[in-house]
Formats: sequence, structure tokens, C-alpha cells
Amino acid sequence: PTLCPQWPYCRKRCSYCNFNTYVVPVVDEAAVRSSLVREARTLLRLSQVQSVTSVFFGGGTPSLASPRTVAAVLEAVAEAAHLPAGAEVTLEANPSSASAPRLAGFRAAGVNRLSIGVQSLDDAELRLLGREHTAAEARGAVEAAQGLFPGRTSLDLIFGLPGQSRGAWAQGLEAALGLCDDHISLYQLTLERGTALAAQVWGGALPTPPQDLLADMYETARTMLAAAGFRHYEVSNFARKGALSTHNLSYWRAEQYIGVGPGAHGRFVPRGEGGRSREARVQMLEPDAWMRAVQSQGHGTRRRAVLSPLEQLEEVLALGLRTDEGITREVSDRPWGDPAGTCHSPPIANDPLSQRWGHFSPHLSLEAVFGEPGEEAQALQEQGWLLLDGGGLRCTWAGLALLDSLLPGLVCQLQRR
Amino acid sequence: MAFAGRTAVWWARLRPSPVASPAWFAPWLPAGPVAGERPYSARGEEKIDMSTYPVESIRNFSIIAHVDHGKSTLADRLLEITGTISKTGRNKQVLDKLQVERERGITVKAQSASLFYSHEGVNYLLNLIDTPGHVDFSYEVSRSLSACQGVILVVDANEGIQAQTVANFYLAFEAQLAIIPVINKIDLKNADPERVEKQIEKLFDIPIDECVRISAKQGTNVEKVLQKVVEKIPPPQCNAADPLKALVFDSTFDHYRGVIANIALFGGEIQKGYKIVSAHTKKRYEVNEVGILSPDEQPTHRLYAGQVGYLIAGMKEVTEAQIGDTLFLYKQPVEPLPGFKSAKPMVFAGMYPVDQTEYNNLKSALERLTLNDSSVTVHRDSSLALGAGWRLGFLGLLHMEVFNQRLEQEYNMSVILTAPTVPYKAVLSSAKLIKEYGKEEITIINPAQFPDKLSVSEYLEPTVLGTIVTPQEYIGKIIVLCQDRRAIQKDMLYIDEHRVMLKYLFPLNEIVVDFYDALKSLSSGYASFDYEDAGYQAADLIKMDILLNGNSVEELATIVHKDKAYATGKYLCERLKDAIPRQLFEIAIQAAVGKKIIARETLKAYRKNVLAKCYGGDITRKMKLLKRQAEGKKMMRKIGNVEVPRDAFIRVLKRQTDK
Repeated sequence: PTLCPQWPYCRKRCSYCNFNTYVVPVVDEAAVRSSLVREARTLLRLSQVQSVTSVFFGGGTPSLASPRTVAAVLEAVAEAAHLPAGAEVTLEANPSSASAPRLAGFRAAGVNRLSIGVQSLDDAELRLLGREHTAAEARGAVEAAQGLFPGRTSLDLIFGLPGQSRGAWAQGLEAALGLCDDHISLYQLTLERGTALAAQVWGGALPTPPQDLLADMYETARTMLAAAGFRHYEVSNFARKGALSTHNLSYWRAEQYIGVGPGAHGRFVPRGEGGRSREARVQMLEPDAWMRAVQSQGHGTRRRAVLSPLEQLEEVLALGLRTDEGITREVSDRPWGDPAGTCHSPPIANDPLSQRWGHFSPHLSLEAVFGEPGEEAQALQEQGWLLLDGGGLRCTWAGLALLDSLLPGLVCQLQRR
Repeated sequence: MAFAGRTAVWWARLRPSPVASPAWFAPWLPAGPVAGERPYSARGEEKIDMSTYPVESIRNFSIIAHVDHGKSTLADRLLEITGTISKTGRNKQVLDKLQVERERGITVKAQSASLFYSHEGVNYLLNLIDTPGHVDFSYEVSRSLSACQGVILVVDANEGIQAQTVANFYLAFEAQLAIIPVINKIDLKNADPERVEKQIEKLFDIPIDECVRISAKQGTNVEKVLQKVVEKIPPPQCNAADPLKALVFDSTFDHYRGVIANIALFGGEIQKGYKIVSAHTKKRYEVNEVGILSPDEQPTHRLYAGQVGYLIAGMKEVTEAQIGDTLFLYKQPVEPLPGFKSAKPMVFAGMYPVDQTEYNNLKSALERLTLNDSSVTVHRDSSLALGAGWRLGFLGLLHMEVFNQRLEQEYNMSVILTAPTVPYKAVLSSAKLIKEYGKEEITIINPAQFPDKLSVSEYLEPTVLGTIVTPQEYIGKIIVLCQDRRAIQKDMLYIDEHRVMLKYLFPLNEIVVDFYDALKSLSSGYASFDYEDAGYQAADLIKMDILLNGNSVEELATIVHKDKAYATGKYLCERLKDAIPRQLFEIAIQAAVGKKIIARETLKAYRKNVLAKCYGGDITRKMKLLKRQAEGKKMMRKIGNVEVPRDAFIRVLKRQTDK
């Protein structure tokens, strides 16, 4: 189980972002801190989690919080549950709030991995995205981070910007590869309703990036990163030397996660109150309301819904197929081969965290659901998008880029069982 | 909307119940008798003795006009002056009771009224017989006019003669009726009655001094119109001593009393207890009630030759009282009045519930609405894409639109209405097919029934004679538009220095979809259009199939003229390309005639379709979307390996109302 504390504030809203973030003149940090701490305690107790495997400070811009706040949350986790010494503790940082002294403070507080929102190494693109920093500032931040968190600094990049060419993207990526160490996330720009950027594109002020160009950019990136020795372990995530983010993997493996903070989402079994089913939970969105709720009742959960066994399997399917390991059958001792040779990289064997289909579906095997001849999964296999073998169910190299077109049919097939 | 007409549709008057529709409150209804003004009695009290109105004191007339030229306003004033309704500020479109009528400013349901008018010491009975002004209902117009001896032709003093004015004039002229030209709206700032009088003289050959200039809105000169009605319109030529001969010129359905038939007596008399027979159905009935319309039903002891009123005789369905039918006394048959025809639908469209679970509700709404309108034909139909539905036949486009609007407004039904088609015909040459159909000439409503060219000696398409009145500056563009619609010019006449009347013979299918909108838009709204049935003509018709990766899509097959195949095929392919989402493989969208491909669009395969960010909150959103997509997938229509969402068909098949 993992913990995901949210820091909901930003100094400025980026043009593409529709997250639950707030730009306020003054943040009462002490109040936010005590609420984060209190809610983390309450929810950890509720989940009766014994040991927290990772913590990820997201947001918002959590690098705007003080190291003290980060430390307080981590202490609370350690008190309420076990936080092993090697547990991954990541902080999302913006280059504009990632000076070396600040980062050193976070390290002292217990952070051992940084995810830096570089987004682009081109000043014009950064302006289009409404970012506060320049490319030079981003480089500085990354270099400072690498000094403090060697081999544990990840970069985020965005591609598919209005007007961006394939060549410009390849060039930017080349520059980022020269800068990064062992983990990089590449996100295709999603135009979200209600954002300034989407309004400009839909209003015709900026060009809509053509579908085929986006596919080309993705392909270019995958090829370049593979050549640089990176493993493409999830749709948008690449790592080498085993530097995968265990925290993020836990989402795609449908493990338990506890969301803490305004608008945080969680999935866990509330064993502390006798619950036996996995629940989807969302905390209150608005920070002040959330804080009032936490102060009065210990947590700010706004909505909770029990996930049916089918819904859980749907999540396992939709999330597991995003990873290169796919949906594994069960905990396996034996490494498996890749007989068809089409899987783009070998799945992780022997990994106790591996997705266990059997855990969520003890009575109906992957084979029984997706192995039926003449059905959707079979057809997708024949078309070369999908693989079902001894290791489990996963996308082929080409299939991964088309996952959202594969999923509806697979969900239908699952629902029929 | 197309073909706006201040129109009376002779089809569907639901008796508005005051409970269900307080908006239809009719000011004259429960108000009680207005002392000294009207000879009516409240229902159930003493009945009027109609024998005091001999034939010589009767005038039967209609008001005809182009849309918005003031027909309903003039009718309101005539009703007020004669005391038929009391004068209140609320009398606007008194005869138009339906929501759709008031909204559109059209008359959907004809309402007739008997007016009592005293002139130079004589008490006259003036029967105002409301007529459908629109070409969709030209048959019904001709039947109503056959109950009249004269018409008031209303023309707007500002707009002058319009297409519908011309069509209406000729209907009255051909029926040899007395015509009283009335120039309305003289109170308007831009009124130019002199110009309109000249137009009337030039086009209709009516001397300028016969025109009456009025303002129906302000009541100016309206009394003079009544005097003209008395002076210029002859009384009906008939005799109460003859055997009963009654023309049914309208019928409506009342949930409590059954069918109410509006009748004009051409001979004899009628009263409660008489046994009558329908010349059309040969069915026998006993009369329960007769009376006059004021404009609500006002029972009388009897009705006499020359008079107009209503009859209730235990008819259960409106089809039993068809417009144009003749009623006579049992065992005293008469020669039926000439000109009877059954309603002939000219425009067909598929109707489907938006949601199949609404099928039964829609079915009962259709049944109730058609109860009042025998001119709508209903055949069950089903489409693989749209589910179970009906193929409906309408008299024309306006009829279709109004029917649809009433379904939505009065029954709260939301429906998918497919693009309208027209009934084609084929003259068969194959002996086998002739035997199969039992006739040589067949009507084709559904493209699936289109017989192959090899077994057909000739295909036929319906045509109409269209009248366009336009300011001269638009002539060039209009001629191009008409040529593009395969129309042949029949006439071109300047009705004054600035206005031109054009006559074209159109294939009906060329005007059913968007002709009127195109005409209005290229003439800045100034050109008017009307049309009349002009029979069938030989046409080079072909059946065009739409293929998705080589598999034909049954619901998109279309019958088109050979000259239009390419344009139609290209259009359908383009619309489909926009409506079908990209899939995992390339999709060829083709239009084909036989084996020949005439148009093609290619929908490229998806190369990338995957959500970029999928953490915490994204997961919840993604799962929600995925569930919807999985549900949607179950609703998809599969054509070969191509999945087509239902709304893609709707987008392609649906009528384009707003362009």
C-alpha cells in the first residue's frame, strides 16, 4: 500500500492544467500541515495498513511546501504504520521552486526521489504551456537535483504542443536525454476542457496537432529511448538501470493506495471499520472545506464507493495493460519467456508486486475470460495488438499505442463472463 | 422551416380540453351569451331555428392568403363585428388554437364559423369556411372551396402578391368562385396599396376599383368587406326539397363524442335521428346531433340546404368521415359530389424513437395523433441501426414538420426523423415481376424494393409545378438554383416593375430537402415559393449503395437520379467519414451504383489512442469513460468488421433542419 499526499496550491495555473489546484496569495501552511498529518493518520488507521511501501507528494506544486511539512507527514506515516528504510519517497518539484538548498531540505525531511516538471527545454514552448520557468532554469534545477538525488531524479516532458513539429520534438527529447539520468516520463498533451490552451485550440487561435503527427512523435520517442537503453515500462514512462517508480507501478498493478489532501483519490479496503471490499474514495476538493472537515472529523472524505468484483477486474485490466509486464496470472516463481518475441521488453519476473489476476479473480482465470476463440481478445491477438501467454495478458509494441481502442471490447468480453 | 404557409391542415384537431391546455382557453366559450349581440344560446338551452335562414340569405366563403398576410387577423375581426365572439384584446388568431399554430403563425387546423350579419334590413347567415392555404393540402383546399361560392383574397399592402397568393387565386378561379380582393395592412408605414392593386390587375385581371383597402389589425374598412361578401358572393344554388346531399369538408375526433364531421348541405335537410349513408364507405349511421360552428359547436334542430355546420353520427374513426365524401339519406342515394380522392402521401420519412425503450409510448402517441389525421399513412418499419420504428407518409413537407412538432409539443416525444423521400414508380417489363406484384406499375417507397433496370421498362418520379415570386435582382441566382435542381422553366412574368413570377416544373425529390431554405437564403428572404402536384414523369433513376470496406449499408441505400448520383454519393461519403470514429484499421467509405464505385472517402486507421496520464484521479475518470465506451460498443451496428455508432446513422440520415 502506498500513500499519496496532495499539496493543492500553485503559484500560477499552467495553460494546459485542469487539476484541482488553487492559486492563493497566502497559504496557512501550519493548518494545511496539521490537516495532512491528521488525515494521513486517520486513513492509515482505517486501512489498517501494516507497512507503507512508498509515498508520493503530488499536487499542485508540493515543492512549494516547506520541508517541515513533508517531514511531518512522513513522521505521521512512520508512526501510524511501518515505513521501511528503503521505501520510495517522491516529491514532485517545479524548476521554479527547486533550488539546491530547498531540495537539500526535502532530502533531509526524508524525500529520496524527485520528479521534476521540466515539460520542455524550449522557452517558446514553456511560454505556450504557461510555465513560470525558462529552459535554463529547468536545466539548473535538474542538475541540482541530480547532485542530491543521483539516479533518483525523473523528468516530465510534454509533446504534441500546437504547432510543434516532429523534428522539434526529437530535438527537445535529445536534449532531455543529455540531461536526465535514469527515469523519464513523456506525456502527450491532453487538451482538457476548461483550460486556456484548449480554448485557444478549439477556438482556432492555435492549430490542432494532427493525429498522425502525434503517433509519429510517440513512435520517435519510443525508438530514441529504447536506443538510449530505457525500458518502456508504462504508456508514458521509461526507466533504465531498474529505476522504475514503484509508487506509480502500484497504481497500474491495482494495489491499495491512500489519497490524502484536497481532491486526492484512493483505493483501499477500510478494514479498520470492518470493511472487506475495496473502495474508491475521493477527498473534498476545496482546501478550506477539506481542512474544516479534517479538523472536525479527522478526514475529509467526500465520496466513497464500494467497487464490485467486476469493477475491480475492469480496473486491473485497464491499468495493467498500460504496463509492459501486463496483467500477470499470479505470483510466479518461474521467469517466463516471450515465445512470440513480440513483447517489447521482458516482464519482471519474481517481482512480488506483480499484478496478480488471481488475487482479484480467484475463480475465473485469465485464460477463461480472454482465451475464448472467436472473441474480441482472440481477434486482437490475431491482429497483433495483444498477447496472451504463460506470462499473462499484455499489449504488443504496436498495441500499447492503441490501448484505448482495445479496452472497450475487452471490457465487454469481461462483462460477459 | 420549409414552406411556411398560413395554413389550415385538415387533419388533426384534438379537442383542446381546458384542463390539459389552459393556454387554449377560448374567450368565447364559457362567457355566456352576450346580450343583444348574438343569437346563440348556450349549449343545451334552446336551439337556434335554422329555417329562418333561407338559401337566398346564405353566403359561403373562405379567406385565402399568403403566409402572414393577415388571414387570421381578418377572421378575428369578422367574428368580432358580427358578435360571434366578444371584442377583447385577446382575440388573436382565435381560430388557431394549437400551440404550433400560435408559435408558427400558421393555421394547422381549420376552424369554420357561422356569422350572423344584418345588412340593409336582411339577416344574413355568413359561413366562413376556413381553408388550408398550403399546397400540401391542395386537395383539401379544393374540397373546402367546393363548399363556397366566393373567397376573400387577402394580399399584404407591403409585400404584394406572393407565390401562395398565386396558387390560392388559381384554385379559387378554377372553382369559378367570386373573388373579393382585399389589400391588408394599409396602416403600415411602407404600405403601397396602389402597387399591389396594379399587380392584382395585371396578374389576376381584376379591376383596380374592386379591391378593398383595409387594416384588419385596426379594423379599418372591415365592415366593407362584409358588405362585399353579401353583395358579390352569390347564395348557394340548392333546394331544401331535394334529397339530402352533404359534403364532408373536414372531420375531427373528440374523445367523448367520436368523429365530428363538418358538412355543407348541397340539398335537403338533416336532423337528429336521420339515417345516413357514406357514399365512400357505404356505411350507415344514425345522426345524433347537428349544429353550426360558432366556432365551437352550437347544436341546432336542423340544418337546411345551403347551410354549413357539423354532424355527429357515431363514427368511430376519422377515416369514416373522409374529406370530400358525400353523405345521403338511407335508401335515398344521390349522385356523389365530384372530386373525391383518398389522401395521397407525397413525402415519406422514417420515424424512430430516440431511445428504443420509448417505442410503446411513441406508438400510442402516433395512434392518438393520427386518430385525427387520416392523411398520414403509417407503416411499421425497422432499421438495423435505428431499431423499430415506422415509415410515415405525409401530404407534404409542412405536413411532416407540423406533425413532428405536435408530437414533440403535445406528447413530449422526441423522435428521429429521417431525410424525406418521395414515392417513385416503376413500369415493369418482367412478366415474372408483374405476376408477383399483380400489376404493371408499382410504387417504390423503400430503396430495398427498387427493381432492377433489366425488369423495368421505365422509372417514374413525381413532379410539381413550382411558383416563385421574387424581386428581380435575384432572378439570376434563382434560375441557377432551379437548373441545378433539374427544373424546367415554364413561365416568367413581371408582375410589376420590380417583381417577377417564375414557374418551374420540378422533380419533387429535388425540393423536399432543402430547396426552400436555399431559395430564402439566396434571396435574403424575399422570394416566396409554392407548388402544386404535376404528376409523374419518366426519370433515369438508379439505386445507390453505400459500402463500408465493401459491405453495403442497408439503411443508407438511396434512389437517385443518374445526374445526381455523384454529388449525392460524395455528400453521403463525406458525412459518414465525419460521423464514424477512427478504428484500428482503415475504412473505405464508398458510394456504388451496381458494381461501379462513384465516390470514395477513406477513414484512416488510428495509430495512437491511449490516455497519456493515468494516476490517482485520472483512473476514476478513465474507468467512467471506459464503462460508457463499453456500453456504446454494445449499441454499435457492425457492418463487416466496421463498428458504426447509432448516432453516426442519425447524423447521416437525419433531416438537416438548421444549416
